[in-house]
Amino acid sequence: MGSKQSIFTEEQLDEYQDCTVFTRKEILRLYHRYHSLAPEIVPCHFNDCADIKLPLELISEMPELKENPFHQKVLQVFSEDKQNKMSFNDFLNMFSILSDLTPQHLKAHYAFKVYDFNSDNFICQSDVEVMLAKLTGDELSDEEVQLVCNKVMEEGDLDGDGKLSFTDFEYMITRAPDFMSTFHIRI
Amino acid sequence: MVNTNKTKKNNREDLEKIGIQIDADETTDTAEEEDDDNEEEDIKQPAKIRKKQNNRKSSKPSDEDEDNSDEDTKLKARNNRRRLPVQNGIRKNKNDKDDESDEEKSTDTAKNSRTKARNKDNGKGEESDDNSELEGENKKTRKNPVHNNNRNNRNNANKRQKDEDNKKVKQANSRGNRKGEKDNGKDKKKKGKSSSSSSSSSDSEDTLSEGELAKVLEEVEEKKMLIAAIRTKAWRMKRKLTTLKESQEFVEKFEGALGKGKGRKFYAYKVMMMKKWIKFKRDFENFKTSCIPWEMKIKEIESHFGSSVASYFIFLRWLYGINLVLFSLTFGLVVIPEVLMGLPYGSIPRKTVPRKEQPTAMDFSVLWEFGGYIKYSALFYGYYNNERMIGVFKYRLPLSYFMVGVGSFGYSLMVVIRTMARNARENGIDGDDGDFNFSWKMFTSWDYLIGNPETADNKFASITTSFKESIVDEEESQKDENIHLRRFLIVLANFLIFCCLAGSGYLIFYVVKKSQTYSTLEELTWYQKNELAEEESIKNKTLAMVNSFNFTNSTSESIPAIDPADFPRGPCWETGVGLEFTKLTVSDILVTYGSILVGDFLRALFVRFINYCWCWDLEYGFPSYTEFDISGNVLGLIFNQGMIWMGTFYSPGLIGINILRLLTSMYFQCWAVMCCNVPQSRVFKASGSNNFYMSLLLLILFLSLLPVIYTIMTFTPSFDCGPFSGKTKMFEVIMETIQNDFPAFIGKLFSYASNPGLILPGILLMVLAIYYLNATSKTYETANLELKRKMQMLRDEQKNRRNNKYTVNPMLQDLEDLLPNNANVNKPESNQIVIGKQPNEATRANGKHGKEMTLAPPPPRMVVTKPPNPRQVSHIPGQPRSGTPGSGPRRPSPGQSRH
Repeated sequence: MGSKQSIFTEEQLDEYQDCTVFTRKEILRLYHRYHSLAPEIVPCHFNDCADIKLPLELISEMPELKENPFHQKVLQVFSEDKQNKMSFNDFLNMFSILSDLTPQHLKAHYAFKVYDFNSDNFICQSDVEVMLAKLTGDELSDEEVQLVCNKVMEEGDLDGDGKLSFTDFEYMITRAPDFMSTFHIRI
Repeated sequence: MVNTNKTKKNNREDLEKIGIQIDADETTDTAEEEDDDNEEEDIKQPAKIRKKQNNRKSSKPSDEDEDNSDEDTKLKARNNRRRLPVQNGIRKNKNDKDDESDEEKSTDTAKNSRTKARNKDNGKGEESDDNSELEGENKKTRKNPVHNNNRNNRNNANKRQKDEDNKKVKQANSRGNRKGEKDNGKDKKKKGKSSSSSSSSSDSEDTLSEGELAKVLEEVEEKKMLIAAIRTKAWRMKRKLTTLKESQEFVEKFEGALGKGKGRKFYAYKVMMMKKWIKFKRDFENFKTSCIPWEMKIKEIESHFGSSVASYFIFLRWLYGINLVLFSLTFGLVVIPEVLMGLPYGSIPRKTVPRKEQPTAMDFSVLWEFGGYIKYSALFYGYYNNERMIGVFKYRLPLSYFMVGVGSFGYSLMVVIRTMARNARENGIDGDDGDFNFSWKMFTSWDYLIGNPETADNKFASITTSFKESIVDEEESQKDENIHLRRFLIVLANFLIFCCLAGSGYLIFYVVKKSQTYSTLEELTWYQKNELAEEESIKNKTLAMVNSFNFTNSTSESIPAIDPADFPRGPCWETGVGLEFTKLTVSDILVTYGSILVGDFLRALFVRFINYCWCWDLEYGFPSYTEFDISGNVLGLIFNQGMIWMGTFYSPGLIGINILRLLTSMYFQCWAVMCCNVPQSRVFKASGSNNFYMSLLLLILFLSLLPVIYTIMTFTPSFDCGPFSGKTKMFEVIMETIQNDFPAFIGKLFSYASNPGLILPGILLMVLAIYYLNATSKTYETANLELKRKMQMLRDEQKNRRNNKYTVNPMLQDLEDLLPNNANVNKPESNQIVIGKQPNEATRANGKHGKEMTLAPPPPRMVVTKPPNPRQVSHIPGQPRSGTPGSGPRRPSPGQSRH
């Protein structure tokens, strides 16, 4: 461990351990991953002040994200600036949220953001359609898509505005048996 | 932010007390506070720049009242620290004076330092009226992310600051107190910036009232809570980090001020220990996670096969953990002490291979069957001596053997039940499956762990299939003509299952009966008698020999003793049991590995390489590659574990074999699964079965516990082997210990406790407790159901209300529709068909219709909100346009459609 520790200072490691669910080993591993994405841009030793950001396309090449139909949106949600770049802080935050130790409500919060494709703070019909298209390709006919959308809205929409607000979504998702195990990336 | 603002206010009050006039800044300050709040979210510059700013600010002491919150907290902290010692009133006056002078000095030094530091180009003193506004701007520019290219701005800002300083100095001067001290201040400049900054407002207040103390304490607690919970906040990392730093600083500064008088030292000590404890906990966590093995392996499998296959390996790892604990218990407390401190091999008969087995004792075929030297080793029950205490430490081996045997059952039970409880808690609130069928499919079906293109394709396909199935189900549920068929099928299936069960039951009965007739032929009673007689005779012989041995020993030392190998010995049934279980385990291992090799590996090889010269596609055709059989593998593991539990009491070495098995199986199966299995085409729900496997494990544990406990409690241990030889029952070892090693009253206590008069009420109490808890849980359950029902009702009501709103419009619309429909019936036959085919088409068409009409707001929920009502999907697309005009009249009344 001796050589590895020089990447961060002890305080930085402590801070990151306070702010994420990761242990020191995992933080180091994540930094290695981040570093290996672009060895020429990211320095070997973590530098707090340097403004290092990687383009999202580069990050989406990670095998953990590559196959995910929602990876673009996931990265967008977690990246801080709007220029499609991601700093190490955001990178760490993303995997912290997606790790299995994160409490459910936090995951639900971010899942809502991810699935809200048009970012209007509601999951509406169009969002569901986009999702369905991403999940099933063109396999379903228009009528079937319509039916599924209607069913989803009918099931989840509690306040009756024709779209899922965060409250609706959280109520639904926290009851899902698989949510915690599927909204999860092991790093 | 609220907290910091509060402190800020305090700080300002302090300053006012001192006598500095800060009215000019007053407005700017409040403005800035708001600014701060807003900016907190938007700050985009790296932390270091921020830090730099802080440094710069603190180097300009008179600026501090306009600084941001952490600066304030720092100062406040200093105040507090300083304040505490200066509590005696005698020095108060002097202090006040000092304060004032200090203050003056500080402003002067500030001015001086700044004039020195500043460039000459902005040396000209400008009087600006709109100080506050400019100050606000000034602040903003300083916080600007593009830090480097706003030099101009900064210069301006500096100018303004200088102006302000000048103003301040003027004000101070106008009070006319200490002009001469200005020079003094200049001299003091080299004293250092920090000192001036701290002295500027410190020492001002002399006492901390109880209320303030409580407030501070509260704030500190709040901050601590924030630090603990910061990882569960949905903030950006940057914000988390800055908030963390701020609150840590705050806590750091204020904690020292909290204790008072005598308690202070103790408080400081407590705080320090707390910190150390947190640090230790974190290190321990780190250590613990670094000890978890195979993390990367499992991750790789997860990304290839999804979470369900990986769950098997996680289960395997969990079992390995349990077995490791059992292993260390058994080996650390039983096997190793016996090997190290007990009598060596060959010293007594039970530790020696009998004479007639000796020639073959090292043959492979014998060792393979765990005979020969292995049978007479510490791996089996028979090897252990019944000496009460062994070695220099007087280690009570029989007692420890007994306790470890029972304790490992206790530990396993505890762990399994705890895991089950946790699992149940984790998915305790899963609602009714039907409630969110589609939503769950939509939002939770994608497994984020998947990182392999092939698996991803499979997953997409399976998601599509499951959607289609749900859609078909949904359509099916609309038609009620099938209900009789379905019922019939259900009844038929149940009948067939019953037949199967009855048939197998009869088969078992038949076989058992047959075998019993065979065994009666062999005269069971005679056999038993024979065995008993044999045992008796051996016992007598041994006793005689031991007597003669002792006799010879006592009479003449020179005569060599009888070799322990020649001792006659009785059957050691405990070793026999252990032996059987060991054999069973080993053969199970071999079969498992063999089947993986042949069934998976060879098949994969065949499919892969013969495919080049075969007439059909082997990879996608008949043999194909195998899928990983999760449930089969999990069940195999569970039954293996059951054998371990059952056998380990009579064969302490078995657990070691199992450790080896799990270890190799982890690597072997990881390799096999990655090398020759393909992802499942149908993905099962992994989460639902978790507790099923656990409860199966619990059942097996219970079943394997029963015979062991039964033998311990009822059977007489063999007289010449094992740690309990010579006792009538194994558990007597406990009573023996109580009698010999504990004080007398404990023995008495135990005898009272084992009195039926106490045990029976105890059992009764437990039964009552179970009954009570059961009743309460039932109550909770009903309350829960009630709440759920209420929620459902509320939901329905809302929906109804909504529909009511909408149905007013459709009603009007219907009325409108009626007229033209009656007027021109365009296509009666098409309507006829529609209605003939689907009697409920009308309601559906209503929805469609409503959508098409733009007169009224389209009722989007119209189509959806009639849950059980028959709904037609597949036939719609072609219909609505032609059908709309005519569908009106036959539509059911709106009230009905509202449903």
